[in-house]
Amino acid sequence: MPDAAPNATRSGPGRLLIAVYGIFALAATARSGVQIATRFGDAPVAYLLSALAAVVYLLATVTLAVGSRGSRRVAFGSCAVELGGVLVVGAVSLLVPSWFPEATVWSGFGVGYGFVPLVLPVLGLLWLRRTRPAAQPA
Amino acid sequence: MIDSLAVGLTVLALVAAAWSLLLAVLDKPLTLETKLTLGVAGLVVLLELGLLVQAVVGIVRLVGLDREISGATFVGYLLGPVLVLPLAGFWSIAERSRWGAAVLVVGCLSVPVMIVRLHQVWQGHA
Repeated sequence: MPDAAPNATRSGPGRLLIAVYGIFALAATARSGVQIATRFGDAPVAYLLSALAAVVYLLATVTLAVGSRGSRRVAFGSCAVELGGVLVVGAVSLLVPSWFPEATVWSGFGVGYGFVPLVLPVLGLLWLRRTRPAAQPA
Repeated sequence: MIDSLAVGLTVLALVAAAWSLLLAVLDKPLTLETKLTLGVAGLVVLLELGLLVQAVVGIVRLVGLDREISGATFVGYLLGPVLVLPLAGFWSIAERSRWGAAVLVVGCLSVPVMIVRLHQVWQGHA
């Protein structure tokens, strides 16, 4: 779609991408809310990481849905942080399991969630590139 | 929990998901003007009503429960599908392409996942 319409990110396949992001945002927020409210002392690092993941998913959902120039930039950042997070936490959780006594969404590269946390930011970044407003005439 | 209701809701959700998948494959947007799209909308409304019943019954059962389970998580999985399904529904009908039906596939499939988790929490292994 070469046109720079602000709704480009939320139509077509983007509609499905945002829906999956939304479900993850809701799940991660609810889960981390319960963890922090009921048993924060058990594994503060894992639970803070879950909360961070929840915020990033929420941010990505909203900014992908808005799709304006500025919000696309924030969406790009959110997807990049997610990808970095899932790669770093995934690797560390396998190399030093004792650091993560409780699983996070990103543990084991998101294996507990069918690797969706690993695939989602990649699709998000590809989608942002695909819907990029045309800077020069093609 | 009431197993028959959970089984019924799971079957209903899977049928609605399969129906939506068919619409997505056939490239039918959710116009709500054809019998196929109205049919799946009816299923989703029925599913939502059933999920509301499950939420009410579940909360009543939780209040009268005499053993320890993770109450907050349980209520989360009771209310989760009640929220997600209508959100997915409205998000899907606003899209005028096959991807609207694809959204409904994901929304419907999230329901059985949450019902399974609900029952795991109810049985005590959260």
